[in-house]
Amino acid sequence: MIDILRDYGLILLIGQYPQGPLGGLAMTLVLAALALIISFPLAILVGLARVSTWKPLARVAAFYVHTVRGLPLLLVVFWAYFLVPMIGGKDINATLMMLFALVAYESAYMGEIVRAGIVSLPAGQTQAARALGLSTPQIFGSVVLPQALFNMIPSILSQFVVLVKNTSLAYVIGVDELTNAAYQVNGQLLTKPFEVYGLLAISYFAICWLLGRGVSLIERRIVKKRSGAVPVTAAVSQPA
Amino acid sequence: MADLLLARPGYFALLLHGLGITAKLFAVSWVAAIIVASMLTAIRATSSKIAQGVIALFVEYHRNVPGLVQLFVWYFGVPQLLPRDWQRWINRNDGEFLMAAIALTLYAAAYMSEDLRSGLRSVSSGQSQAAKSLGLNYTQTMRFILLPQALRNALPALVNQTLALFKATSLAMMIGVAELMHAVRQMENETYRTFEAFIVASICYLSISYLLIYLGSVASKRVAMSKR
Repeated sequence: MIDILRDYGLILLIGQYPQGPLGGLAMTLVLAALALIISFPLAILVGLARVSTWKPLARVAAFYVHTVRGLPLLLVVFWAYFLVPMIGGKDINATLMMLFALVAYESAYMGEIVRAGIVSLPAGQTQAARALGLSTPQIFGSVVLPQALFNMIPSILSQFVVLVKNTSLAYVIGVDELTNAAYQVNGQLLTKPFEVYGLLAISYFAICWLLGRGVSLIERRIVKKRSGAVPVTAAVSQPA
Repeated sequence: MADLLLARPGYFALLLHGLGITAKLFAVSWVAAIIVASMLTAIRATSSKIAQGVIALFVEYHRNVPGLVQLFVWYFGVPQLLPRDWQRWINRNDGEFLMAAIALTLYAAAYMSEDLRSGLRSVSSGQSQAAKSLGLNYTQTMRFILLPQALRNALPALVNQTLALFKATSLAMMIGVAELMHAVRQMENETYRTFEAFIVASICYLSISYLLIYLGSVASKRVAMSKR
């Protein structure tokens, strides 16, 4: 395994960069981070739509969430591979297609976290805000969301771990990320699949485990800070 | 309407075959995962520090490595370590399906054992004390008294894992198992009717997912009623 790391470590880490496009582990992390950043505002919209008192909006949001949760991510990736070029032109980058798929998938799951965060706030908060004469946008903007989002920080950060794992499917549509890099290295070596894929598994394990540790540290801090308020953890379990 | 994709000769049969393989893969892995998860939970509840550590590592591995990579490790990696005869036997006996089933079983079992563990924690300690005073040994207590109650407590979480496992069966396509997604991709490749093929796939996956969620809610209701 050491010799594979010595010969191909750099490819697994950053791909062809700087001679060619970014790849490997760096690409995996960039994809996951971008997906998280783009999904977050969309998820807030989805979460708000889910709790909306205007029924058609709530229904559309519910349809979106339930549809996405009933489909395998792989199928969503294939959909993106088919649909995104239709919207964005033929020569669109596969990385962008994957990003689209990840965001479409993740916004639904994260939207449910946002919804759970909103629903789990005591009703007294909204009632008090209303009694003070705040309008609905004010209630959500300055009373409900700030509290709900703060409680949700651990769950949202742990979605980053899920996203890192989900980027592995980008390999299917030829995005040059960690799994794809390992696949290519395996193709060059041919005789050492166990070492190559073992190394790949260990890499993911190390990254996701460390990230998970970080999240639970932050979670403990938040619980300490708001002892009494229960953080929304694992409101939606999404193993991948 | 004259030229529906599924109306073309052979394509409906192809879809059914894919659905059949998906159902088989799901059913085999699900049953095996429940059994493995129960055993892991029972062993982890003993006082052996070594067993606890090993199982904790097992669970962490499966929760922190993408399902696709686990599949690759089993399909491409593990056979390299096995003796020649075994490799030949695997290749002759539908190795793709076998390895996919093993990988999915362990993957789901790791998640399920975590749910069962927290289900077990909420079973009151009087239960195991009563079982002990009735003269049941550890295995009997686990099997007949504690695990059934843990299973009941963990039911909602287990339904989620069941759904996740069902969706994860689609990954088996990547190592060449001829399941639903594989069949749909084949249709698409042969006809270039991508939109129709993906719609068919989406409807299949969605209806089975909803069926599983429905069965889960029926099971939850039953359990709630028999709980007094």
